[in-house]
Amino acid sequence: MFLKEYILNIYRAVASLLKGMKTTGRYFLRPREIITQQYPDNRAQMKLPERFRGEVVMSHDENNEHACTGCTACELACPNGTIKIITKFDVTPEGKKKKALDTFVYHLELCTMCNLCVEACPTSAIKMAQTFEHSVYDRSRLLKKLNQPGSKLRAGVE
Amino acid sequence: MYRETQIIETDNIAAAGADAAGAALVINVGPQHPATHGVLHLVITLEGETIKKIEPHLGYIHRSIEKMCESLSYRQFIYVTSRMDYLSAHINNHACALCIEKGLQLEIPGRAQVIRVLMDELTRIASHELWWGAMAMDLGAFTPFFYAFRERESINDIMEETCGARLTMNYMVPGGVMYDLHPNFQKRVKSFIQLFNSKIDEYDDLVTGNIIFQNRTKGVGVLSREDAISFGCTGPVGRASGVTCDIRKLYPYEVYDKVDFDEIIETAGDSYARYQVRLKELRQSVRIIEQLIDNIPEGDFQAKTKAVLKLPKGEFYSRVETARGEMGVYIVSEGGTTPYRIKFRSPGFSNLSALDHMSRGSKIGDLMAIMGTLDLVIPDIDR
Repeated sequence: MFLKEYILNIYRAVASLLKGMKTTGRYFLRPREIITQQYPDNRAQMKLPERFRGEVVMSHDENNEHACTGCTACELACPNGTIKIITKFDVTPEGKKKKALDTFVYHLELCTMCNLCVEACPTSAIKMAQTFEHSVYDRSRLLKKLNQPGSKLRAGVE
Repeated sequence: MYRETQIIETDNIAAAGADAAGAALVINVGPQHPATHGVLHLVITLEGETIKKIEPHLGYIHRSIEKMCESLSYRQFIYVTSRMDYLSAHINNHACALCIEKGLQLEIPGRAQVIRVLMDELTRIASHELWWGAMAMDLGAFTPFFYAFRERESINDIMEETCGARLTMNYMVPGGVMYDLHPNFQKRVKSFIQLFNSKIDEYDDLVTGNIIFQNRTKGVGVLSREDAISFGCTGPVGRASGVTCDIRKLYPYEVYDKVDFDEIIETAGDSYARYQVRLKELRQSVRIIEQLIDNIPEGDFQAKTKAVLKLPKGEFYSRVETARGEMGVYIVSEGGTTPYRIKFRSPGFSNLSALDHMSRGSKIGDLMAIMGTLDLVIPDIDR
């Protein structure tokens, strides 16, 4: 009785191992079902979804105009102090002083891509870009100015 | 039977060991160790190969998240909680959002509720799959890791498409969810369920039935029902010891009271029971998703909220079931825009506290099986 149980145990053990090996062997023989991506080589074909959050960018149109009024809603919404908005005073044609954006400072090294700034922006001036390869040799290169030089506020955006 | 943990002074063992036959040996596992999946430091007192005592040392990844939250507004602090239990980031965010909504007495649109539950369950599947792979790797089986990641990857793709990130989504906001579902969401979840149902049996073939795995987990690290309750173990660890502790059943939130699913209870309390509970929970999560995916109501995905949230003066508590157990958020508000005090009740901390009790008397090789099935996420324990 003891011997029968002993041999049965050995049989069950070997069977359980073979069952697992069968699954492994099946994939060994069908390499097409393996789904590894050859990442740095497939950059050209790789397409990230449009909602993917890689970094904050400010969109400019063909006249080098943006939609940022310098209201600092994004600066207040940011949990990490990633955004710093420096404003200046423009003189309108009527001779009035008007607050406008001077520099949109963006610290990529502090950003956690939480999307709260984009949600807070009342004029949809900033958005998230899909770029994600942010490695640089020096930390200071992660400090970015988002508005292009010479750009100005698009007419009609308040 | 409840068994009091005997307090052993390390010095006494060393002194007693000098007289006795086998001298006590104190070894360190971690802070950098492949089996701890993070910076957990265990000081283990051994007598021969038998564990006499385990002392977890925490603090290597303490980021003072609770203190940080005190200086952030109610919208801002949610994103930090993704960094606690990073494998169930959605569910942590959900707990915070629920607590704020309780304070604001906000009614959540039906669509947002269903989206939240769908995301929670997808996260639970992803988390349990990672656990399954990592636990098999702890026990010396390397291949299951890749099988688990194959299915997990398709969940990550779904998350990436709808929430914009793969791991730290910050998708649950007070009042609902951040964006509406992506148009492809339903199609992709359905194809995931199809993939998952065809592959889940491979998990049993590869690991569950394996004789080496069974011998290493059956009867190892037994936690009795009374001990599980007294240590505050929740989630699959508590349920494997026979404790009814599923918050989704006990205190249903969102639409959990309308969906049909089973709470998995095992009574053995050993590592194998914990393994079984998690594998069965995978199937239950799929069951919940199958019921909801075709019944997402139309409507708003976010309730109207003010730009600056202010909670009334008072104390608020909400609890949810994460992949690891009960997660509680306790907010004390003084009526301002930032919380006065926040406390997170993390499941991992309570589950870790039972480790010493469970592993006393087992061999050091069994420690990996016990820790693997506890499913510890160190940033969740340390915060």
